[in-house]
Amino acid sequence: MREYAEKALDYLDGGKVDYADVRVIDSRERHIATKNGKMADASSEESLGLGIRVLLKGSWGFAATDNFSADSVAATAARAVEIARASAGVKKADVVLAPEEKIVDTWSSPFRVDPFTTSVEDNMGLLLQADAELRSVAGVTLAETGLLFRRTHEIFLSTIGSAIEQTRLVTGAGMGAYSFADGEIQKRSYPNSFGGQYQLKGYELVEELHLAENARRIAEEAVALHRADLCPRGSRTLILDSSQLGLQIHESIGHPAELDRVLGMEANYAGTSFLTLEKLRKLRYGSEIVHVVADARLEHGPGLGTFGYDDEGVPAQRTDIIKDGLFVGYLTSRETAPTVGEKRSNGTMRSEGWNHTPLIRMTNVSLLPGHGTLEDLIADTDDGIYMETNRSWSIDDRRYHFQFGCELGWEIRKGKKTRMLKNPSYSGITTEFWNSCDAICGPESWTLWGTPNCGKGQPSQTMGTGHGASPSRFRNVTVGIAYAP
Amino acid sequence: MLPKERCQEIFAEILKHSDADETELLVWDGTHQLTRFANNTITQNVAEEGCVLSVRTVYGGRTARATTNKSDAESLRRVVAESASLARQQQPDPELLPMPGPQTYQPVERYFEATAAATAQNRADAVAQAVRVAEKNGQTAAGIYSTTTGIQAVLNSSGVAAYYKDTNAEFSISVLDADSSGWAKKNAPDASVINAEELAERASRIATLSRDPKEMAPGKYVTILESSAVLDMLGFLFPDFSGQAMRDQRSFLTGRMGQKLFGENITIRDDVCHADQAGPPFDGEGVSRQAVNLVEKGVAKELTYCRQTAQAMGAKPTGHGFPLPNDMGEAPLNIVFAGDKYSVDEMIAATERGILVTRLWYIREVDPYKKMLTGMTRDGTFYIENGQVRHGIKNFRFNESAIDLLNCVQMAGHPERAAGEESEPMIVPPLKVSEFNFTEVTKF
Repeated sequence: MREYAEKALDYLDGGKVDYADVRVIDSRERHIATKNGKMADASSEESLGLGIRVLLKGSWGFAATDNFSADSVAATAARAVEIARASAGVKKADVVLAPEEKIVDTWSSPFRVDPFTTSVEDNMGLLLQADAELRSVAGVTLAETGLLFRRTHEIFLSTIGSAIEQTRLVTGAGMGAYSFADGEIQKRSYPNSFGGQYQLKGYELVEELHLAENARRIAEEAVALHRADLCPRGSRTLILDSSQLGLQIHESIGHPAELDRVLGMEANYAGTSFLTLEKLRKLRYGSEIVHVVADARLEHGPGLGTFGYDDEGVPAQRTDIIKDGLFVGYLTSRETAPTVGEKRSNGTMRSEGWNHTPLIRMTNVSLLPGHGTLEDLIADTDDGIYMETNRSWSIDDRRYHFQFGCELGWEIRKGKKTRMLKNPSYSGITTEFWNSCDAICGPESWTLWGTPNCGKGQPSQTMGTGHGASPSRFRNVTVGIAYAP
Repeated sequence: MLPKERCQEIFAEILKHSDADETELLVWDGTHQLTRFANNTITQNVAEEGCVLSVRTVYGGRTARATTNKSDAESLRRVVAESASLARQQQPDPELLPMPGPQTYQPVERYFEATAAATAQNRADAVAQAVRVAEKNGQTAAGIYSTTTGIQAVLNSSGVAAYYKDTNAEFSISVLDADSSGWAKKNAPDASVINAEELAERASRIATLSRDPKEMAPGKYVTILESSAVLDMLGFLFPDFSGQAMRDQRSFLTGRMGQKLFGENITIRDDVCHADQAGPPFDGEGVSRQAVNLVEKGVAKELTYCRQTAQAMGAKPTGHGFPLPNDMGEAPLNIVFAGDKYSVDEMIAATERGILVTRLWYIREVDPYKKMLTGMTRDGTFYIENGQVRHGIKNFRFNESAIDLLNCVQMAGHPERAAGEESEPMIVPPLKVSEFNFTEVTKF
């Protein structure tokens, strides 16, 4: 693989461009899924290709190919240069990159069991067992289970002399039970919606999740939801489970903190951000107990946003986004960091694959834990609603106003979970919501969730991001408006 | 781009390596270029080329798929072996049918040489035109101009040999003013029908008209939805017009087929051959796509079926299946609404008090059976009074059922190929509805 990258860089050598980097990526995936006791998917995919990004006359060009002949690599490099020349005809200012040091390194994500060494028959057997448990509950009308394994091997070379080799292994697993009755579809997912949990781990993640052991519980909950009362409408105390809070962080903190959005570079599709530059170190984003970091380092955990280096060759870092409730940092790139007075990118440029140019993406954007368990928090709540597992999510294009629906709710009265509530939803304005946070559970309740399906960019790129969170409490939140008559 | 003959050569090579009962090859090959601009500057400019070869094998009713983007002899051997290994480890599927035999396809012509030949400079020139419009009006433009050329092929050991090539061009622009924005987008197989300057003028005009937006109370309003807003909202209905979705009881049509679910003035069909549609005239198994009457005068009439679903449900396949194996079955992908004669201006003129929506954003399903959707308005939302647009308003959140929406259509416009962000382009009209439920308002 490395020789292909060198060939491309050789072509660009000799002052043809101001800067260039080349990524050769070899990826392999396996998908196994069941539906109602039968195989729904059994497939594998491999992809090898090369992407060349050049900066010429202050403008970007990018070209990618999966044809590794000498002629094709040279033609792809030439195409990237031609594209950068065309870009230079429509610009207001030159792109200037924050300095970065030359890095020569190899990095691999740790794992205990390589999932590609497990047999497909065993994978299917495990899923069919969970599938059977889901369907053993009367009233379940659709059962789904799935596994995903992905290995990505990447070579990064740049004209500043960096040569980085990285291998990342991702595993995902999960299941869902649907119940259709009386003109209503209810669903429960385990351990999360969007297909389950995804982490930078090997097959050990699948073993840790104990799918079959949890199947009956979620199936029973899906059926029981039909008999539950509708989530009431009003202003209530709200407790979110850690997976829903992970998505809340993703949508209402991670995305608005992306500096490319703030600078208008995503205005046509993903949108801009309410976090305009004058708010840095001035905006009271949340209450004083809210501390959010973007942390791509392995020390943070095996998240989908964990890596050694980003796709610009910048080392993984931890950046405070919100500290003691104050907004203190953006997610940056080499191009954007100088606009907020930073001397260096904080390493968040990531691409979906060899055929995409990197964009600012979330790494692991996590809410740091507070104190106590979920049980403590519920016991400390006189009157409120507890919501679990995302069902729908929507937020405006500046990331102010959001509405989330969850799969399951519980009313809390005098420190105890009382009646089950169906179709729970809540909505609000981002900063008002985070400023109403008055309790965050401790490290024992903290989970680093994987969001596998974050879309951004044109052409659209799908990225996996990590979000650590523990159950937390918010006061005076609007609930139930989605189903209001 | 692989010609048909090369696809056949690759398939012949694959068959040499395969000892399966049946073997199938899917091919996607092409190029995609996209010029992206923001702040009146080209900020990103990309081109990619790639080929994907996907092999499905069948052994005694067991099937699986392996995919590669490498076409050398060793990779072809390996992808067949991987597919075979995956398939042999499955349980036999009693519903799996033998692969289809030779098919006849309806002719469609969606390849335009000039679009295929478009260069980065061509796209930059169009972007420069659009940027000049925004600058002339003291505004900022952001958007994309993309061109795509591709082929799709399906070949199998029972004689299917489907091949399709097309081009596509898309221009999308947001024009930002101090406290407002406007948007326009067009997508077509032929780049020559895309007029960047005209789209920029439209987006700029919307941004200008929506300056100084006022906050209005949420509530149920008479609402006019431009065609892109109609597309993005109603796109959530169509995956449910699937036999497999009915079998899974995850469709809003479960228990409702043959019922009058929508207004008398709603007729919707799926028709790959419509002059403004795109995509191949065959499905993921190479079966010929048929036109399907999904809704006739408000009545849920017909579903789409892949071969397996059709067999299980005693229906005829309609040629809408996804590549096997999959968990979704099939879905209509070439939606065509019947419309009416009214222009948006006529709808406005006939409105005493209401809201005009340019575009909807971040739409998600709140309730799958009620088809309750939530989302935001974006890039140009206006208050109408006494037949005239009065002023821009701050963006609303809505919670609205797509079923209810199609039950209160008062006026429909001429259907056009609309492009949005939540759904693939469809042929839909702008609509005026008697009630649309805006539940909250945001800060801008």
